[in-house]
Amino acid sequence: MKAHTALDRAGIEQVRAAVAPVRSRGPLSDALCSILSRPGPRPVPSQSIGHLPEAAREALASSGSVIEDEDLQLSLFLLYGSAYGSLRWIDASWEWHPDLIATRGLLEQAFEAHMRSAVSVADPPRASREAVAAWLFTATAPGPGPSLARFVAKRASLEQAREFLIQRSIYTLREADPHSWAIPRLTGRSKAALVEIQSDEYGGGDPARVHAAIFARTMRGAGLDDRYGAYVDDVPALTLASQNMMSMFGLNRRLRGAIVGHLAAFEMTSSLPNRLYGDGFRRLGFGPEVTAYFDEHVEADAVHEQIAARDLAGALAEDEPALLDDILFGALACLRMDAWVGDRFLDAWQNGRTTLRRARTRGGE
Amino acid sequence: MRDDDPVTFTACPDGPLIVRGPATFIDEDGNPIDQPRRAVALCRCGGSAIKPWCDGTHKVTGFTTGQSDRD
Repeated sequence: MKAHTALDRAGIEQVRAAVAPVRSRGPLSDALCSILSRPGPRPVPSQSIGHLPEAAREALASSGSVIEDEDLQLSLFLLYGSAYGSLRWIDASWEWHPDLIATRGLLEQAFEAHMRSAVSVADPPRASREAVAAWLFTATAPGPGPSLARFVAKRASLEQAREFLIQRSIYTLREADPHSWAIPRLTGRSKAALVEIQSDEYGGGDPARVHAAIFARTMRGAGLDDRYGAYVDDVPALTLASQNMMSMFGLNRRLRGAIVGHLAAFEMTSSLPNRLYGDGFRRLGFGPEVTAYFDEHVEADAVHEQIAARDLAGALAEDEPALLDDILFGALACLRMDAWVGDRFLDAWQNGRTTLRRARTRGGE
Repeated sequence: MRDDDPVTFTACPDGPLIVRGPATFIDEDGNPIDQPRRAVALCRCGGSAIKPWCDGTHKVTGFTTGQSDRD
């Protein structure tokens, strides 16, 4: 079996058994899995994959909703996985294959259009630092209604709590990476603000404090597999869509306003829910090994949200007013996606259903 | 971070004070408070459950700082 690395308790990468390639979910992801599990082109493609963009067009033409489409979202997830290097079974030399880039572009076009039609910006602020920050604080203000965080705090069963970690692992074992794509695309004070936030996300120089490493300890403490991608087969299109949206915003320079708005909204809706998530895991009897991740985010994101609202998003809008619309779009897209995910999970758990694609038959791995 | 760097306090409208630089925080018994991050947010609404740090509670209590520390 191919070697694979994962972070150990000290945050040091250790050689581990490889995570197997994923199962396909339709014709496009089937074609992609078959291509990406082969060695990549060196220096030229050994085999034509020119049929892929056409397969993507066909998949899009027959798709009902791009964010609910298992085949499309898994395909996009695999294409981004090739860029991150998070799915170790994908040969790195596939990353810039023109047919894969073309395929990704087609999927992104439909996905972006879907998200733009799903949100509309009412009463946009002036492109000033304080006005944008104030608008973001209003848009992200905590509401009184039921929420996933309150459910986890008060009612989630042990199995639902572990399901929650599995769903979150798609992002959180790679926490902060989607937004880091934006660093070289910004300049001046917004760049400095993004780096200040990301530096804290990445442990401020201490590998054991890298947020993804803290979450890996949470996964292990809950008896779960902390290798990246171990649960891809279990999570539905919507979970992949949530991750893919960040990757799309981060990897396209023209969408740098959106990734900045996304990070601002993400940080600004984090401290209060994370306190509730931590409370839920404490209620279920877990100790600091598992709850440290949530407690860290209560404290860290209370700092990050202030930097993100003013020095990142607000300053970027002031310095590049043409990006204002996309900053607001990215923030609202984050909130909308989180609402879709939260509503879906809450509905499933309140009605005794799993949020996973397949029921897990045993506790750990 | 160098010890002779200045400590800065940034007032966030309706929110915490962000402290950057080589500051040492001391608790009521005179012991330093463990503080691993480079920028911290100090609670100013009084409602935080993790004082002296901010935990975002000001957003649910309607805390305001008025106009004095706005840009």
